[in-house]
Order: sequence, then structure tokens, then C-alpha cells
Amino acid sequence: MRELKILAVVTFFSLLIYILVEPFAHSQMHKHVEGHNFVYTGEADIAQASKEKKEVKEKFWSDVKKIAALKGDATAGEAVFANCVACHNGANVNMGGVIPPVLDNAGSIYDKNYLIALIKDPAMASNVDHKYADTSTHPMGSIKYTVNTDADIANVVAYMLKEKSGEVTPKEAYEQACARCHAMRYANLTQIGETPKFKHEKDALAHKIKVIEEQDAVKKYMGKLPPDLSMIIRARGENFLETLVENPQSQLPGTSMPRVGLSKDGYEKVKAYLTAIGDPSKPERERLGPWVLGFFIIFSILAFLWKKEKWRGHH
Amino acid sequence: MAKFDENAKPFGNKWLDERIGLNTLKRVLQTEYWIPKDINFLWAMGMVLAATFGILLVSGIFLLMHYKPDANLAFDSVNYTIMTEVGYGWLWRHIHGVGASLVFLIIYIHMFTGIYYGSYKRGRELIWLSGMGLFVAFSAEAFSGYMLPWGQMSYWAGMVITNLFSLGSLEAYGLVEWIRGDYVPGDAYLMRFFMLHVLLIPLVIIGLIVLHFGTLRLPHVNNQEGEDFDYEEAAKLYKEGKVKESKVIPFSPVFLSKDIFVMGIYFILFFYLVFYHFNFAMDPVNFDPADGLKTPAHIYPEWYFLWSYEILRPFNKDIGLIAFGIAQAALFFLPFIDRSPVVAPAHKRPLFNIWFWALVVIMIALTALGKLPPEGIYNDLGLFFAVAFLLMGPLLVWITIKEKNEMKGA
Repeated sequence: MRELKILAVVTFFSLLIYILVEPFAHSQMHKHVEGHNFVYTGEADIAQASKEKKEVKEKFWSDVKKIAALKGDATAGEAVFANCVACHNGANVNMGGVIPPVLDNAGSIYDKNYLIALIKDPAMASNVDHKYADTSTHPMGSIKYTVNTDADIANVVAYMLKEKSGEVTPKEAYEQACARCHAMRYANLTQIGETPKFKHEKDALAHKIKVIEEQDAVKKYMGKLPPDLSMIIRARGENFLETLVENPQSQLPGTSMPRVGLSKDGYEKVKAYLTAIGDPSKPERERLGPWVLGFFIIFSILAFLWKKEKWRGHH
Repeated sequence: MAKFDENAKPFGNKWLDERIGLNTLKRVLQTEYWIPKDINFLWAMGMVLAATFGILLVSGIFLLMHYKPDANLAFDSVNYTIMTEVGYGWLWRHIHGVGASLVFLIIYIHMFTGIYYGSYKRGRELIWLSGMGLFVAFSAEAFSGYMLPWGQMSYWAGMVITNLFSLGSLEAYGLVEWIRGDYVPGDAYLMRFFMLHVLLIPLVIIGLIVLHFGTLRLPHVNNQEGEDFDYEEAAKLYKEGKVKESKVIPFSPVFLSKDIFVMGIYFILFFYLVFYHFNFAMDPVNFDPADGLKTPAHIYPEWYFLWSYEILRPFNKDIGLIAFGIAQAALFFLPFIDRSPVVAPAHKRPLFNIWFWALVVIMIALTALGKLPPEGIYNDLGLFFAVAFLLMGPLLVWITIKEKNEMKGA
């Protein structure tokens, strides 16, 4: 069959071009970073660290491992947690870096090792220690002195994992993990939360000024205003987003973005929200696709029968 | 004045025939527009292209109702208004994006079919030239359309391409500013490319499509063997009912019935891509809003421009521009570069056959290299294939003169 042979040649060259300009070219353009399944052992931090920092980091993460092995007492942890609530109080007030996130779902969206590391030394845990000569000057750095025994850390983390681990919606996960730095205009979210509807323009402007003030504070802390995440799910590849969230330094060396420490579940929730806002047609595509394809399959069968009928006797 | 039957039923066959020559039209455009019978599915690509253009036009009209050509609003009008708020806006956008990519795939198949079967030779020069005119118009349409979402790639591709008009060492920055309407791409730039995309270039394309169809009529469509036969005799046979013996078929309904079947298969692929695999046609970089202060790490055009982009890249500024200019114009001259009168498929012309497949390989290699980062081995390969492409023209002259002389000798 000559027609099929020609079709095979055309298909071969079309696919070849596709493979060369899409998967192959992109594999050459973007470095591949190995993910680590949202488990935080500091391996990548140690591997990337400069010579003089290496030892400190090794020690830090081996201490984290030690604390993780302790059996924390959630009841005792509740008292320690009072230290956290002093800042993480939902008052929406910037405390020198960003607005401290509410911890209502900390146990369900963050990884255990990460929480331990964060309380031990926030700058080290989030892998932005390069920004600080002394990591206790990190906006949350004073936690080192207030929650300073291994037992306290283990207990407070146990408390969060037990009591602050209720079901969390994708939107809540996103708001708690990302929204203090990143705005999301397609979801009407700014760094200070959802923008309400105002009756009077005066109130709207007053709110806008508050947003700008908070953005200025974030800008001062981060060096520049972190990008709006409305379309990020389509602007970056899956591997990039995953490994960036696990360890921002792996994709953007030197960035001031701190590691967020999401667990696998936490990340899936955040991703679901990014998808819902940045790629909202997904469910409808999946619903409509089979019908349209089905239509054209039937169309082609009928067209083939018609063609056969019209060409009868021609050969 | 001609005679008009008083009793003819308004808008009936006779009534219309007396007023617009309906029967003549039908005969000329359909039942007695003769197409050779010895063809394969590649002959359907013309109608597939017409259908794809129709789809682009319709989806474009729907997008146009919600798009805002303003540097501050464009990105969100596409990515938020159309994708989220407009009912099925996402579908129109994905159809438009995928269609823009597929229309070039089919154009390239259509072009290479023409080259393979020698369908541009004596008598058919205008078919080729008007087709190349369409290729250029579609390229301009694709480029101007790519500016409209006003993402990072729109902005920076626009910057790079308009910079070419500084003409290398001539440093014609005045010309660049005149094209942009500003020192850098901005509102004026976006608005004029919007106008080009939705008005001027589509008008040119429609005009060229009519011309392209017109140029086919007298020289007739080529056939699989390049056979030159007497159309009048073949048509006579067909009209006598000897459809088996006749070498022709009428455009409608016989030729069209096959076209429509091929279109059906094509639309299965088309809508598979629209629903399940549209990312290849929508570069991720363009989902970041345009930012004149932040150059993306890699700037590259859409896949269908990569081969000519790669001819520009490996040379220094001036030679690159000249090579690029030659590459853009070279294909236009094909009917005049090819000196051989032989109209036959490439597999029956040994030297030309090698030339044809070498051209396919070179253009695919250039396409791949155009997207790869210009470093190390990719640079050397880019230079090699760009030079090879430029040598293909003189080589064809030599091959076809040789072919012509052999014919005389035989």
C-alpha cells in the first residue's frame, strides 16, 4: 500500500522533529535536578555547601536526625507551643521578615524533619544561611534561645503533628506555605490575604496602601518582590517546581527564597491549588475531550464510506 | 438585458442560474474542475490547509471578542479573562495555538510534496510562487500573533526579530524604532502587531489563497507520476461514463470525498493535541508576563522558524544576516534554479532524489539546532548545516543541468 508507506514516512519525520525540538531540546536547556520525595535530610545542603560551611551543616543535620529519633511528648509540647503563638498569632502583622504564618495545619503540610530543623535554626533549615553572618539574626532566629533543648523541640513538633494536623484544603495549604511572599492576582490574593470587596473607593485605596506597605517590607527582606504565582503552574515544568519547593537553591543558586519544607502531601495540596488557578480548564478538557474525538472518529468512518461510494468503479 | 423567466421560483435553481450563472459556477468550480486520478493523500493537504485556516479564523474571531491590545492588560486578558471567565475560552485559545503550529506542519508537508513531485516546473511556476507568498504571509501572521499574549517570549522574540532590521553594521536603529513605534517593544508596538494580525495580514492571506487556487486551474494539478496527458480527452471519457478509463476525476464530489476523509483523520490528531497535548504549541516561558528588565535564559522562536533562525546564528552579525536573507528568498526561486524539464517523482530522478532527502535532513537538523543552546558541538553542527543549506541551491543547478543534458543525450 503506497499510501500507508507515504503516511509512515510523513509520520516518522514529524515525530522526529517533535522529539528533537521538544523533549530533547528542553532536556539540553534545563539542568535536571534530582528530587528527594519531600524528605529533608540536608543531603543536598551539605553537598552544595562551601568548604568552611560543610562541617557545620553536617553537624546540624545529624543533630536533626537525632532529635527526630526522640519520642516527643505532645502534651508537654503544648506548653512549648505557647512560644510559637507569640508571633504565629494570625494577626497579619509583619515581624521584620514576612507575616508569620498561622500554624493551624503545620502538622499536615510540613515535614517532621523540617519542622525540627526549623526550630533548631530557621536559616539553616530553610537553606538561606548564606544571607546571615549570624543565623540568630534571621527574623525567626531567636527561637534558638527560647526553644533550646532537644526534648522541647521533639515535644513541640510532636504536638504540631498531633494537634495541628487537621484536614487542610488546597487553598489553605497554599496560603500557609506560599502566600506571605507571593501574590496571586487571579485568585484575588495579596501578601496580606484575600482582597475584600469595598463599598467606597477610599477604603479600597486604603487597603491598597496596606498591600503596598507589606510588599515593600517583603521586598526589603527578600531583595525583590517574589513573583505572582497565578500562572506559575504553566510557566514552569513539573520537575522545576517540585525541586524548587524542596530546595530553592538547587534551581536558583543564591536565591533568597527559603525552603518551605512541605511534605509530599503538603506539596500535592499546593500544586492542586496552583493548578486550579493557573490551569482551571483541566477538568473540562478531560470531560469534553473524548466527545470531540469520538465525533471525529465517527466523522472519519462516515467520510471513508462516502469516499468509497464516490470512487466506486474508478479503478 | 438577458432574459429572465417570469415563472422561475425565487431562489430556485433556474432563478439563480439566470442571475448568477449557478450552473456555470457549479461546472467550473466542481463537476468539471478536473483533477488527475493518480494521486495519494498528500494531494489532500491543500484542502486540509484551507480547513485549518478556517478553524484559525473562527477561533481567532472568538478570541478577538475578549482580547485587549494594551501592554498592561493583554497578558491578563488572555490568561485570565479568556482562560477562566469566558465560556470555552480555553478551548478557542488551545485550538488557535495548536492550529497555528499544525498549519505550519501541513504547509511544510505541502511544500515538500511539491518539491518531491516537481510540481513547480514549467507552467506551474505561479502555483509555487503564490504558495511561497502564502508561506511568508502565514509566517508574518504567526509572528504577529505570537506577540499578542505579551508574555516573556512575545516580548523578547519581538525584541530580537525587530533588532534584525538594524541590518547589522549598517546600524539602522532609526528603522528599528520606526517599526516598533518606540525604543523598545511597548504599547505602540503591541497595537500595530495586533492590527497586522487581525486585519491586514488575514486580508493578504485570503487574497493569496484565491490567487493560489486560480493558478492551479490552467496548468492543472500534478499527478503521482508527473504524467502530462490530454485533459480534454480524459474529461470527455469521464463525461461519457468511462470513469475507469479516464485519467481524471471531478473536484466535487469525487476528489472532495477523499479530501474530507483525510480531513477527518487530521482532525482526530488535531483535537487529540488540543485536548491532551497542547503544551508543545504554548511555550512555558510565555506564561511569565513580559518584563523588559529580565531577559529569559533561552530565547528561541516557535519550531517552524527554527531552521531559518539557525542559519542566522552561527555566523557573525553581517554574514549571518546575508545568509538569513538568502535562506528566506531561496525557496522562491526554486522553479528557476531547477533547470531540468523532467516532471517526475524524486525516486525516478536518482541525483535529485539524493538532493531532496539531503534537503529534508538539513532542514530538520537546522530546526533541532535552532532550539539547542549555541554551545560546543551544537555551534559547529549549526555552522555545518547552515553552510550545507546554502550550498543546496548551486548544487541543484548543477544536478538539474546534468539531468537535462542526459535527457538530450538519450
